[in-house]
Amino acid sequence: MSEQQSNARLVKRLLLTVVAMFAFGFALVPLYDVMCDALGINGKTNDTAYQQESEYIDESRTLRVQFLATNAEGMSWSFGPEADELTLHPGETREMLFHASNPTDQPMVAQAIPSVAPSKAAAYFHKTECFCFTQQVLQPGESVLMPVRFIVDPALPKDVKHLTLAYTLFDVSDRMPEKLAISAPQSN
Amino acid sequence: MSAVIDHHHADHAHGPAKGLMRWVLTTNHKDIGSMYLWFSFIMFLAGGSMAMVIRAELFQPGLQLVQPEFFNQMTTTHGLIMVFGAVMPAFVGLANWMIPLMVGAPDMALPRMNNFSFWLLPMAFGLLLSTLFMEGGGPNFGWTFYAPLSTTYAPPSVTFFIFAIHLAGISSIMGAINIIATILNLRAPGMTLMKMPLFVWTWLITAFLLIAVMPVLAGVVTMMLMDIHFGTSFFNAAGGGDPVMFQHIFWFFGHPEVYIMILPAFGAVSQIIPTFSRKPLFGYTSMVYATAAIAFLSFIVWAHHMFTVGIPITGELFFMYATMLIAVPTGVKVFNWVSTMFRGALTFETPMLFAIAFVILFTIGGFSGLMLAIAPADFQYHDTYFVVAHFHYVLVPGAIFGIFASAYYWLPKWTGHMYDETLGKTHFWMSFIGMNLAFFPMHFVGLAGMPRRIPDYNIMFANFNMVSSIGAFMFGATQLLFLFIVIKCIKGGPKAAANPWEGAEGLEWTVPSPAPYHTFTTPPEVK
Repeated sequence: MSEQQSNARLVKRLLLTVVAMFAFGFALVPLYDVMCDALGINGKTNDTAYQQESEYIDESRTLRVQFLATNAEGMSWSFGPEADELTLHPGETREMLFHASNPTDQPMVAQAIPSVAPSKAAAYFHKTECFCFTQQVLQPGESVLMPVRFIVDPALPKDVKHLTLAYTLFDVSDRMPEKLAISAPQSN
Repeated sequence: MSAVIDHHHADHAHGPAKGLMRWVLTTNHKDIGSMYLWFSFIMFLAGGSMAMVIRAELFQPGLQLVQPEFFNQMTTTHGLIMVFGAVMPAFVGLANWMIPLMVGAPDMALPRMNNFSFWLLPMAFGLLLSTLFMEGGGPNFGWTFYAPLSTTYAPPSVTFFIFAIHLAGISSIMGAINIIATILNLRAPGMTLMKMPLFVWTWLITAFLLIAVMPVLAGVVTMMLMDIHFGTSFFNAAGGGDPVMFQHIFWFFGHPEVYIMILPAFGAVSQIIPTFSRKPLFGYTSMVYATAAIAFLSFIVWAHHMFTVGIPITGELFFMYATMLIAVPTGVKVFNWVSTMFRGALTFETPMLFAIAFVILFTIGGFSGLMLAIAPADFQYHDTYFVVAHFHYVLVPGAIFGIFASAYYWLPKWTGHMYDETLGKTHFWMSFIGMNLAFFPMHFVGLAGMPRRIPDYNIMFANFNMVSSIGAFMFGATQLLFLFIVIKCIKGGPKAAANPWEGAEGLEWTVPSPAPYHTFTTPPEVK
């Protein structure tokens, strides 16, 4: 009898461990985001506007920032930066315009996902304004110019002289039917 | 009540049931152990046939036999079947058969759950294999099923794959809970933890690894299911998710998983080498602590599988050093095995041959693992045949040879007959030569840059690939000889004594051979 009781108690504890580990698997998702934000892992940059804290501009350093634009699979918009690269000093606020146009006969919603290379520079790349903070809705044939304003932190490691900001544009029309519904009356 | 009547009564009421239902309804640890072992052998042949398709296609450069789509399904299902269907159930089968006998328990602690956890497996793998015949084909994204290959770009059958993994995972978790309960609660009086045979120790630690990481695997496939069917974006960048996160969660499960597949083999070899060296195991206590240390380290090294995804330099350094640290407890084990053999009265029966080959070849696999652990060098080796050579060296002469050694070692106990020693040695040498022919050249083609999982290759790799294929065919065909040896041993052969090995120690050798259907109904006294 006591053997059955101790079995039951042990099994209960082990099952609790199993449930806890299953939950831990899901807890890894927010944990991963926190780690990426904190450490700038994986080229992830801020997804809400950055509040500038200091006006200091390090004129002794000059950086090149290159811009890339890619369409995810199945995305038919034309999408690209107005210039391939900018030369700037750390601490300076600069702007780049990206153009996008919807050549299809359907209204569409797009989401741009930024990524900075080298990944260790991502934590020092601050966007004060970005079209990637929201989705873009374009009617058939419509075009738009979209700004990104950014500051490269003067604390950027000295060996980084060259950064790449890459955007991948995803078609999220299926995920965002409400955005299409709101935008539809305006075009008619 | 007289002893005679008592004995008669026991025989009458508790013998195995007759017919097919014996196997469906059985709660006997020996029956379930046998079913696990047979199931895993069938899966071993199924996964092996897929390996034969792969090696036949790679026999020559260019596409001859199969289309790339089918080739991808073969590499994927070969890996899945071998990992989840062959190696893991074989060790659970050995645990079922041997752990109660080794700790002096009458059966597993939870016999009904034991039955259920076995019968989930044929369902899981029936489901997995059936996907190969579905429209769009079976899983084709590699056994690591990285998102988005396994979500956005997966064939429609991926949902069945997810359920198959869920079922196999539930089965493993229940098996692990059962093993822990048996070891912790059913040991014979006097059998303290530090008197347990090493096979029992390694299985206890493996079972804890299983309940820690199989739920994480269940979680990650559940996230895939939600991404595919319920519009979530765990791994979809468009919705704010991240495909790289899949790799982190997968390898958080995946790295302990590789130790789940090797620790029980460590335990089995630690039983076999002392027997045929006629000396007690050298450094028992250090073996236990080394196993625990390996298990702990396995949780903090996962990102060495993903050095090339863009990890910060501090991360690469951490995972590189942590990985190299595993060589320390593993080295302790290898030195202990060698020291056990040193000045022993060695004989080389088939189990010992497999065990010695295990020590030598597993060490080679460990060294190529250390090479892969060097983060800057890994950029060259990543996703090449060098990786394939590495993990086949730790899994084939590691896990599989460990299982073969265990099977030959305990076959007399299971069947009551000695196996055919000449045929056993033939099986060993053919496996040994075939396996080395198949996998050693993969180191060279890998270092020269041949990518894995591709059905075609540059003609500069042609000779080595042909050698690999010949070795693989040899290894594959030899396993039919193993089947023959086992059947022959079941059917007859010289009668095995209760302890057929001169130097064997342990409770399992105190019961007659074949082990009666019920053993240790009164617990033995361990001094």
